[in-house]
Amino acid sequence: MWSGVKPTVLALIVPALLLAFWQVATTLQWTRLIPTPYAVAEYMVDFAVGGIYDDAYSATLLTHLLASMSRVYGGFALAALFALPIGLMIGRMPWARMLLDPFLQVMRPIPVTAWLPLSMILFGLGAKSAFALVCLGAFYPILLNTVFGVRAVDPKLFEAASMLGCRGNAQFYKVVLPAAVPSIFTGLRLGLGLAWFVIVVGEMTGVPQGLGAVIMDGRTLSRTELVICGMIVIGLAGYLSDRIVVAIGNRLLRWSPNHHG
Amino acid sequence: MAESATPIIEIKGVSKVFRMQDQTIHALSEANLSIDKGEFVCLIGASGCGKSTLLRIMAGFEQPSSGDALMWGRPIAGPDPTRGMVFQDYALFPWLSVRDNIGFGPAARGLSSGEIKQITDKFIDLVGLAKFANAYPHQLSGGMKQRVAIARVLANDAELVLMDEPFGALDAMTRERLQDELLDIWQRTKLTVVFVTHSVEEAIVLANRVVVMTPGPGRIESDNSLGLPRPRDVSSPEFNDIRRVLGAKLHSHHAKKAA
Repeated sequence: MWSGVKPTVLALIVPALLLAFWQVATTLQWTRLIPTPYAVAEYMVDFAVGGIYDDAYSATLLTHLLASMSRVYGGFALAALFALPIGLMIGRMPWARMLLDPFLQVMRPIPVTAWLPLSMILFGLGAKSAFALVCLGAFYPILLNTVFGVRAVDPKLFEAASMLGCRGNAQFYKVVLPAAVPSIFTGLRLGLGLAWFVIVVGEMTGVPQGLGAVIMDGRTLSRTELVICGMIVIGLAGYLSDRIVVAIGNRLLRWSPNHHG
Repeated sequence: MAESATPIIEIKGVSKVFRMQDQTIHALSEANLSIDKGEFVCLIGASGCGKSTLLRIMAGFEQPSSGDALMWGRPIAGPDPTRGMVFQDYALFPWLSVRDNIGFGPAARGLSSGEIKQITDKFIDLVGLAKFANAYPHQLSGGMKQRVAIARVLANDAELVLMDEPFGALDAMTRERLQDELLDIWQRTKLTVVFVTHSVEEAIVLANRVVVMTPGPGRIESDNSLGLPRPRDVSSPEFNDIRRVLGAKLHSHHAKKAA
């Protein structure tokens, strides 16, 4: 009985302490700029289903969530589309590594925030910029883990494959790809996490809808409860999205002894 | 008929030199060896004697620096399904089940799924892994992994099985059982086996011929035919006589250096 609920109980301790601290801090008025947990909870209900304040944000949670999800998954998919083939090439072809690796290593430390102005010039105000920025955020973890995965294949496996009659290009499909799947998967998981991580920056590009847009509005309007609601929704959505990816991974990677997230 | 005259493997004056940075390593010097079909040959020696290099040349993973390595009289150009290798650390494909690891060679040859199933079933039974056919390598013990590696090579119709200290990482009990199973398979299938080990006892238990190698540079010290009847009793006086003789040969290079 206890062992069944233990993980859940342990996982809830830190959030509960944080909530308690928040409650104490706001009721004792250590700060007047942050609303109480109760006020935020009430606002969250209104944000989700409406019927309490009936302002511009009432019952709009789903619209904003879906708008953000489309950018997160769209940008992520675009990133995977570029990063996977480029990663496979850099990992397996020395000339591709010499051609691309130095350039990408210099580009990598530049934060997504720094790309914001250029992105708006290149892709205009709105959704296209948001896609581009999310894509950029998800690109590097997918790329680096793919490169690592295809480079780290045990050389013995190539010998084993060739003495069993599998040579040349067939080894790429029969040995390199399956051996790299765990790393590629880790890259995709990190990439999707980063796509959620950069969504607020992505939605600083003047899009009307999206959780990032809501948070920017909340900042402009000094509505801290709106900001906190947006933060909580992003956190939960990112968490659920990661859990789904991990579940898929555990199913696909049953063979791998060290892949249980 | 040509087969009975031509040895399956001929090693003629083979040397192998590895160059690493500024160092030159003479891994193998002027080795000559001829192996007939159906023989069980053990290569034995201390580390650095070139036994693994010689095995890898027979497999086609390495090319001789000079001399000729021939199979059925033709030069060994590269790895080939007719010569199967069993590695010490198994080298199974971790993403494939026992069944699919054994079926890897047949699948690479482009056989139909029906034929592959027939072959894999046969060899899964041969190594006694029917209950684990769908398990992944990380779920198996070391002994079971090595059984899969042996079955994988046999399923590919290998004529020559090359084994590089295959039982070195196993505990003594498992090792003895696998030695018995390997001898049983060898006697039933008329395979040719070249088996690298550093254990004199293992070599005498298994081989028709024990090739003793010595290091610095790696070379063949002697080629010893064993007349002991099978099954061999490790505690018999005959067994221990041979162990003493081979042990002395194994350490002969020390004596030479001292003198």
